[in-house]
Amino acid sequence: MIHECVGQYACLAGDIGFNIANLQRGFWQLTIDGLAWGAIYALVAVGYTLVFGVLRLINFAHSEIFMLGMFGAYFCLDLILGFAPSGNAYNRGVGLTVLYLGIAMLFAMAVSGLAAIGLEAVAYRPLRRRNARSLTFLITAIGMSFVIQEFVHFVLPKILKGFGGSNAQQPIILVQPKTQFHVFGASVSNVTLVIVVAALVLARLTYLFVHRTKFGRAIRAVAQDPTTATLMGVSRERVIMTTFLIGGLLAGAAALLYTLRVPQGIIYSGGFLLGIKAFSAAVLGGIGNLRGALLGGLILGVMENYGQAVFGTQWRDVVAFVLLVLVLLVRPTGILGESLGKGRA
Amino acid sequence: MRARATRNAIAVSSAALMMLGIAGCNKQPAPSSEPASGSSSAQSATPEQVDLKIVEQVQIDQDGKEVKPEVGVAAADPAGDGKATCEPVKIAMAGALNGPDAALGINIKNGVQLALDKHNAANPGCQIELRTFDTEGDPQKATAIAPQIVDDASIVGLVGPAFSGETKATGGVFDQAGLVSATASATNVTLSEQGWKTFLRGLANDGVQGPSVANYMKNTLGDKKICVVDDSTDYGTGLAKAVRDTLGPVADAACNISVKKGDKDFSAAVTQVKGQSPDSVFYSGYYAEAAPFVQQLRDAGFTGKFASADGTKDPEFVKQAGSASKDAVLSCPCGPATGPFVDEYTKKFGQGPGTYSTEGYDLGTILAKGIDSGAVTREALLDFARKYEGQGVARKYQWTDNGELTTTLIWIYKVQ
Repeated sequence: MIHECVGQYACLAGDIGFNIANLQRGFWQLTIDGLAWGAIYALVAVGYTLVFGVLRLINFAHSEIFMLGMFGAYFCLDLILGFAPSGNAYNRGVGLTVLYLGIAMLFAMAVSGLAAIGLEAVAYRPLRRRNARSLTFLITAIGMSFVIQEFVHFVLPKILKGFGGSNAQQPIILVQPKTQFHVFGASVSNVTLVIVVAALVLARLTYLFVHRTKFGRAIRAVAQDPTTATLMGVSRERVIMTTFLIGGLLAGAAALLYTLRVPQGIIYSGGFLLGIKAFSAAVLGGIGNLRGALLGGLILGVMENYGQAVFGTQWRDVVAFVLLVLVLLVRPTGILGESLGKGRA
Repeated sequence: MRARATRNAIAVSSAALMMLGIAGCNKQPAPSSEPASGSSSAQSATPEQVDLKIVEQVQIDQDGKEVKPEVGVAAADPAGDGKATCEPVKIAMAGALNGPDAALGINIKNGVQLALDKHNAANPGCQIELRTFDTEGDPQKATAIAPQIVDDASIVGLVGPAFSGETKATGGVFDQAGLVSATASATNVTLSEQGWKTFLRGLANDGVQGPSVANYMKNTLGDKKICVVDDSTDYGTGLAKAVRDTLGPVADAACNISVKKGDKDFSAAVTQVKGQSPDSVFYSGYYAEAAPFVQQLRDAGFTGKFASADGTKDPEFVKQAGSASKDAVLSCPCGPATGPFVDEYTKKFGQGPGTYSTEGYDLGTILAKGIDSGAVTREALLDFARKYEGQGVARKYQWTDNGELTTTLIWIYKVQ
């Protein structure tokens, strides 16, 4: 009953397997599960990539924006919609479930979006005013990540009874995963469907926003050349705020989708690993590149699922990061390479 | 064009707000086991029970056979005869009292506290003070705290440290100081092999739990094919190895799976388990992962048994997994709380005894009885404890030379 490993990785089981048959047997199931997982990575990765494109800043606190989104969705379901947490599924029928999920998603997006803007205003804007060096931004981002985590860990339970603290939130499960149909013998559940469809729609909307609207053009302009963009009358501050807002909104949506898949994942530390994976996905696809983030997320999700089938489940994270290193060795700028400002991006 | 977009946006968001308001007005009834009648929106829910609890079933030995607890032997009472006199002395308790693992430490602390309070109330002439030391369960912090405990000359006995890692790191210090350190929860096998004279273990160790639960599943439950899944921690791999070794061919090698502590998505492991369709799955790890794992297994249609050990025996497991945790078999070296102890504990702390509360209470009682008998120096109290023999709330306590109990039994619990 006892913790003997100092860190969570200090005592990985030694034996690495190599089981191709396992991959062949579960190939399609692994692909489909991996795509659903990758869609979530992709949505979070967009937040990293947009902010990097505009500010050249790796916003490490983005994983905590995601985590706040999970709590936002939970808050909405629990206190606004009145679902009592019980660990059992409600199964209210398709229409109502989709309605409730939609409301919870909007709420989670609002929470994450506001949190992202707030983070920018509190932590990064003062630094920009003082022309701080990029290293200062990076340290601030890491610091804010801890501040938000520990806020949810220690302070939130004192403000809002039953929220935050050491244990995960008792899950509220609106819909039990149920197989809807089969693709090549692999079962596709309702939850997987919702995740993939919602992620595709959101990704498409984001793409349209960045490429077809005035705001999007301003974002691309600032990413390409901040000075000239400012001379052309683009408000840099507003662009930065918009960028954080979009990243936050998508993180909030991803948070709700994630809790559909993992209802027990709502905990103060729940964003950390996922954030690092999403960041890897952004780098994998080419950081600063919107389509790269989406592609990188999907590839990472699928490949790590294949990897854990071959080498063993405990090697999942190792596979993901080794893949990242290998791709960067061959293509240092990531798969799609170009940054948000350049070329067609 | 833009004006229309703005209008649309306003219309959509106000509609969303309205729905929010409407939905907020009626509190959603919790899903329950009653068949959905009347309310048209509630589709037939899964057969569920809202009040699942972890309930003790049987006590087993290493062969997995049931051992009936001794009846008619009263548990030792810390109150004693009420006539004890002694100089004021202190007993220390060390363990995680803050941080993510604090629940167990607090369970133990409350157990000791209850024993000493009962003793002090009954014996005005002999007051024992409890001093608590927070190690956060961290071996490094415990190493810094151990000298503080040893240097306080008024401390004559220690309940703790709570976890194996910190016990391993500090056992030598207590041994040198001759301070009896009776642990209520550290179950790593090697702790009793260090040659420490002061180490006493108040429950069975991990080497007993693995074979016991494995034999219980194999012989008593009659499982023919079992998937053993571990969480890659020291605790998880150690226990899983003992279980796999004991199960032999019953442990299906095709689904010997290691997952990682901290993971919440087990789709690959679930796919692998389902491919083998075993009679049961044994999860060797902690509740934070066991809860999503069992839920994902059930969601994927796995209908076999789910078994796990003391790392999962926590009310939080049932809270997180809900109806998916139903009928889960959990083994634990920890004894169930029984008799008046439960009421006294609940009255004092506002919640029922938790895992290892009983052990904390029993060990506190033993030390208090020693002090009552006049053993108020470290040397005398150590000697008293090592020669102690008597019934506690959880079990009979009597130790071998290396600090293990003479009879080591495991309890089987079930979520129901």
